[in-house]
Amino acid sequence: MRTKTLAAPYLVWMIVFTVVPLGIVAWFALTDYATGAFTLANLARVSTYVPIFLKSVWLALLSSVICLIVGYPVAYCIAGTSPRRQRVLYMLVMLPMCMSFLLRTLAWVALLEDTGIINNLIRSLGLRPLPLIRNDAAVVLGMVYNYLPYMIMPLYTVLIKLDDKLIEAAEDLGCTPARVFEKVTLPLSVPGIISGLTMVFVPAVSTFYISQKMGSSGTTLIGDVIESQFKAAYNPNLGAALSLILMVLVLVCVAVMNRFSDGEEVIAL
Amino acid sequence: MKKRALSLALCLLLCAALLPAPAAKAAEGYINVYNWGQYISDGTDGYIDVNAAFEEATGIKVNYMTFDSNESMYTKLRTGGSAYDVIIPSDYMIARLIDEDMLLPLDFDNIPNSALIDEAYLNTDYDPDNRYSVPYTWGTVGIIYNAAYVDEEDVGSWDLLWNSKYAGKILMFDNPRDSFAIAELMLGYSINTKDEDELRAAAYKLIEQKPLVQAYVMDQIFDKMERGEAWIAPYYAGDYLLMAAENEDLEFYFPEEGFNFFIDAMCIPATCANKAGAEAYINFLCSPEICVENLDYLGYSTPESAAKEFMDEERNTSQIAYPAEETLARGESFLYLDADATHLMDSLWLEVKTEGDVDYGPAVGIGVTAALVGGWLIFRSIRERRLKANRCRKWKTA
Repeated sequence: MRTKTLAAPYLVWMIVFTVVPLGIVAWFALTDYATGAFTLANLARVSTYVPIFLKSVWLALLSSVICLIVGYPVAYCIAGTSPRRQRVLYMLVMLPMCMSFLLRTLAWVALLEDTGIINNLIRSLGLRPLPLIRNDAAVVLGMVYNYLPYMIMPLYTVLIKLDDKLIEAAEDLGCTPARVFEKVTLPLSVPGIISGLTMVFVPAVSTFYISQKMGSSGTTLIGDVIESQFKAAYNPNLGAALSLILMVLVLVCVAVMNRFSDGEEVIAL
Repeated sequence: MKKRALSLALCLLLCAALLPAPAAKAAEGYINVYNWGQYISDGTDGYIDVNAAFEEATGIKVNYMTFDSNESMYTKLRTGGSAYDVIIPSDYMIARLIDEDMLLPLDFDNIPNSALIDEAYLNTDYDPDNRYSVPYTWGTVGIIYNAAYVDEEDVGSWDLLWNSKYAGKILMFDNPRDSFAIAELMLGYSINTKDEDELRAAAYKLIEQKPLVQAYVMDQIFDKMERGEAWIAPYYAGDYLLMAAENEDLEFYFPEEGFNFFIDAMCIPATCANKAGAEAYINFLCSPEICVENLDYLGYSTPESAAKEFMDEERNTSQIAYPAEETLARGESFLYLDADATHLMDSLWLEVKTEGDVDYGPAVGIGVTAALVGGWLIFRSIRERRLKANRCRKWKTA
């Protein structure tokens, strides 16, 4: 009873700022632009954007996996150092997040441009400048850079809580360090991996700023299309339909990922 | 107990601080102005700060906000939530706003300086009776190019924007109306065509150009052109004069196929909360002294001959700010397309922006990932079942 009363403020907050807006999005998605009558035309038009959906999901997936590959060793190393050093290192990981997301992306643009810092350096060495920006790789780089802390955070939290006794036990039973990692550390950090992947994938799949600044004129992601519908084209109905589909897509992806952590506990037994 | 009372008092104080200060701003105390980005002299480089001068002269505070295209201004106005008192859109957008009853008729008794506007910029197609708008500036659209990289023999026509020699160094307007106009001029259509086939052909022309385009931008063009990140861009002549001051290699020409001639005018939206203040602001911007200093900074052309006389000689005779009659004759104004044509253009523009080469990479990548994930899940469930079966067997035999 007591817990319910305490949760009441958040419940109100959630209804006003999550449930009601979602209802409005659904209402817009299912009504006509001009007449306001019920229609499925907006949802039907979404099929035109299947290639863009695929591209957004693919780039987000790639960056999530790269974040995992880059972030896991970092989290593992930080968790293995002394508590004092941990605090410093953890803060260093979090530090870029204190700065505006837009500013960080613009800084990358200034680095990678044809007349940017890196290419000017290359040119001053007498070499040919490289096409560093305005391609899919640059977009993935932008996503990885911006969302890497979201991967490291949950991994670190899981790894720091890992019971040393389990590792010692495995070692006592004759496991090599590689086997210890494979049989003990990795399975126990699966929940961290799953929440890390989710926390990177979800914002990456709906991003629009990174692709506009670092992608080519052909790298249009679904976030860009949604933004244009609300900002310039004044077609909130199509925008809402796209958002709705994107949300369903993300929920499906998250559900699939969660299946991994559900089953893993059974195996760990 | 005392402590609790204190903390309660502090809490109340904090809550009070969150409430909007009651009537801190008197109703006639401020106006909200919504204008294009980089479109007023703001005190940089020793030029006049127009808004500060207005505040000083009238005591009315100016909340100044900017937009980057007529379309985004329109969306902001339509979605509401913010009441603007003065807006400065372009001709065709004013016609649309009038058509949709989104503007208030002006009270010209409060805007005596509007009498100074030249006859040539009045009685226009967009506001035939001069009831809703007072011209702010006029200008033209042409091509800005960097002479250090672009061959002189390639310039002259709009087709420079389709020249694959400069792939990746070409910028394009990030709004449908200006972009479609260029394609329509190249195809020999009117820039006010409502014909579906012609609009589709123009969209196809823009899709054809897309692989060469570095980015679709508006105000970012200043930065990109001045630093040489991009070499060719269609833009407003007035802004070219600003850019040329930063980078001497930048040149400008009026393409031979014709170009857009536009008037940007000051209007008062229907949601206005301080009409008297708004009219005072419009009147202030029309006064010749302010107009001269403002446009000196802007580079755009003034609709007031009276102001032109005070102007810098060099600017006054500039063939770019004030082109000769025969050049101007090639210019064409935008008219408001009806709602259907505007809607069609918007959706065609979205097609242009989202059109990409057929790319199987993402589909294959996602397919492989899905297969791997699915395979792993199936493999695991089989292994699990087998483990369980083994355990059961052991338990039974035990």
